[in-house]
Amino acid sequence: MDYILLVEQLLNGFQLGIILFLMAAGLTLVFGIMDLVNLAHGSLFMIGAFVGGTLTLVTDSLVLGAVLMVPAMFAIGVLVETIALRTLYRRSHLDQVLATFGLILFFNEATRLIWGPAGLAVPLPEFLEGTVALGAGITYPLYRVVIIVIGLLVALGLYLLVAQTRFGMLVRAGASNRVMAGALGVNIPVLFSLVFGIGAVLAGLAGLIITPITQAAIGMGEDVLILAFVVIVIGGIGSVRGAFVAALLTGIIDTMGRSFLDVVLLLFLPANAAESAGPALSSMLIYILMAGILFFRPQGLFPPRGATAAS
Amino acid sequence: MRSQLTPAHAVATLLIVLCATIPYLAPALDEPFYVIVFARIMIWAIAAISLNLIMGFGGMISFGHAVYLGIGGYAVGILGFHDVTSAWIQLPIAIGLCALVALVFGVICLRTRGIYFIMITLALAQMVFFLSVSAERYGSDDGLNILWRSEFGSGLIDLEDGVVMYYTIFAVLLGCLLLQWRMVVSRFGMVLRASQSNDTRVQAIGIPTYRYRLAAFVIAGVMCGLAGFLQANLERFVSPDMMNWHRSGELILMTVLGGTATLFGPLVGAVVFLLLSETLSTITIHWHLVFGPFLILVVLFARGGVMGLLGSRTTRD
Amino acid sequence: MTDGPRDLHLEARGLHKRFGGLQAATDLSMRAQQGEVHAVIGPNGAGKTTLVHMLSGFLRPDSGSIVFGGDDITGLSAPGRVQRGLARSFQITSVFREFTVLENVVLPIQARQGHSFRFWQSAMRDPGLTGPARALLEEVGLGDRAATRAGHLAHGEQRQLEIAIALATNPSFLLLDEPMAGMGPEENRALIDFLGALKKTHGMLLIEHDLDAVFALADRITVLVYGRVIASGRPDEIRRNREVRTAYLGEAHA
Repeated sequence: MDYILLVEQLLNGFQLGIILFLMAAGLTLVFGIMDLVNLAHGSLFMIGAFVGGTLTLVTDSLVLGAVLMVPAMFAIGVLVETIALRTLYRRSHLDQVLATFGLILFFNEATRLIWGPAGLAVPLPEFLEGTVALGAGITYPLYRVVIIVIGLLVALGLYLLVAQTRFGMLVRAGASNRVMAGALGVNIPVLFSLVFGIGAVLAGLAGLIITPITQAAIGMGEDVLILAFVVIVIGGIGSVRGAFVAALLTGIIDTMGRSFLDVVLLLFLPANAAESAGPALSSMLIYILMAGILFFRPQGLFPPRGATAAS
Repeated sequence: MRSQLTPAHAVATLLIVLCATIPYLAPALDEPFYVIVFARIMIWAIAAISLNLIMGFGGMISFGHAVYLGIGGYAVGILGFHDVTSAWIQLPIAIGLCALVALVFGVICLRTRGIYFIMITLALAQMVFFLSVSAERYGSDDGLNILWRSEFGSGLIDLEDGVVMYYTIFAVLLGCLLLQWRMVVSRFGMVLRASQSNDTRVQAIGIPTYRYRLAAFVIAGVMCGLAGFLQANLERFVSPDMMNWHRSGELILMTVLGGTATLFGPLVGAVVFLLLSETLSTITIHWHLVFGPFLILVVLFARGGVMGLLGSRTTRD
Repeated sequence: MTDGPRDLHLEARGLHKRFGGLQAATDLSMRAQQGEVHAVIGPNGAGKTTLVHMLSGFLRPDSGSIVFGGDDITGLSAPGRVQRGLARSFQITSVFREFTVLENVVLPIQARQGHSFRFWQSAMRDPGLTGPARALLEEVGLGDRAATRAGHLAHGEQRQLEIAIALATNPSFLLLDEPMAGMGPEENRALIDFLGALKKTHGMLLIEHDLDAVFALADRITVLVYGRVIASGRPDEIRRNREVRTAYLGEAHA
């Protein structure tokens, strides 16, 4: 096997993992703290791409667009939470599924109305084009390196926020024990709005960051959303650390499977069988991983403290 | 036994009569298009009934139920592609495959609860969806055309005849309604409904609920597969879109719209959903813009769905 | 499931249970005799409900064993234990609120008649189910409430139904987790009489905060504090026990 290709695909998997983490981090906090099934998180990914993309085109700078997108997404997130989702916290999961499914339909259509059905292309700025040499004969697109670095920085920032600050302590308290968070004298509605706003920014960032590669399209968030579900289930609901580990795991396994599974299968199967089974099996790989992990650890790899005792 | 006649009963009776007479009514009203619309409605109703069985009566919110539509459909499509058109082969394979998949998925999902259950059913269904997308031999995204509808043999049931096709669907619908009713009031249904309301308590009564929930999950999968079998035959076409997760969402939606845990809710929901989308989409292509918020309002204010508004309570004998 | 001459005592041997940093049971041993009411008392957080959960199979002990009717049932599932005649009630009323009172009792009767993979015949029109259910409801004094939804019952009636559901499984031994919780004095007295009569046919483990009820009913009392047994004996012995008085009775009867 070609080791250069191997390293490249490993990095691609890592990069997909980073995107998944940005999605899953917000989702897992919202699930963990608010016990809310929010399908519309995928819409926030899409809105981030369109809003950030538009800001990029207007300012003629991806960096400026990304910076301006942060307050915009935060505002949108808080707005969605306050108007549509706040009343759903006390509702059944079924109600939450339905209402946020309705939100998806609404956001998809609103996006189509505003930006048209064709989507939005955002050019990659010149200074981010080209490749970097990583040594040992390996070159890798500069922009993908940037994505990985940004993702790691955000992960670090999020870790510090959750692990080191008073806000983070409240978030953790809320994830494992809502009553306790209330007893600590926390203004729960404000805490929820903040968490949701942050989740929206992260999802929007993930959406914008891949737009120069894929361009913004209606419904683009939905496949990512379902992958993020897989990530959360593997990582354990409410755990940012779990989301990080599971996101990288999912991203790498998915990417590696798609590139190399047929080669691996060739070792066991005749060529034509391997060729047809390869793509099929590789598309199922992460779900099989999820099922396997769930079978042995129904609460995921990193269940938040207290979640196991209270069933 | 509550035998008083509610508006809900009247509406249900009216709908059944309508379904029974549409092939004659629609041409008479010069709207032959409605025959196919009602055939589709009835197929969705069968799928929604199967979901209602586990979601409405068993509290298992499966967000991947459309996967069985796809499996049932592809059983017809793929076998037909290989020139196997006999219904006596297609139907058992469709049913067996749905039962097997539901069993495996159920074993995995039913170990979990709440949000986990919802997300895992969705993810597992998505797995099969991607499997169908990656199957280049069978058309990938574009799907498969079905040249010949399933053949039951000469003179028995000729699905190529539009009227026979319609009444086959109608008969299956009636059968599913009947089965749903009997199951809900039976001992099995007692356990299922009780486990929805308080699973721990049912176990404390001495009933190992897991196997009953799993059985319900498999039965629902098979029933939905039957709907997929009919859909593939009706449309002469299968594609991954049949098990797109939006279809699963719409199934939940129909069931809730009509009224969960009511016998006729799924049928009413399918009628309302399909007629509403049919009507709205002729008014504006952006009908989802209205429909999305409409959904949210239904969730927030019209609890119990249409049947709830009509005064039907959850099903009792 | 007959009350034969077998020795149907319930015994806990050296149970340990830990939740994170909380030790809920430490070397917990006790033996409840058939035909006796064995009360378990102790302050809040003493691990009484944890004990019931372990005895009834809803929690696995970290170590130790549970013996019922001479057999080790530590590895048996909760439903499996009920099928052997060990039933429980819940501290927080957990009747099936959407079900009628009759349906609430039909379900456990159905459970003791074997598997429920019967898909066609209506359960509520089966006299083999409703007959015994109605008889039991008469016995516990809920006969005229059979058609009412359980969620619409008064609190005291729900507590009665809670016990009726446990009884409907035809148990030889009952685990009662605070059956008097939230009841008025009048209802309390009726329930004490009822449980007193039940004593002849059933072994009982009774967890209760109401000490008057405990001393009226119990033949034997075990006192738990922080997951440990600090005393066990006849009611008069427990009354005299100084450690118990300071740890618990003193606090409650101050």
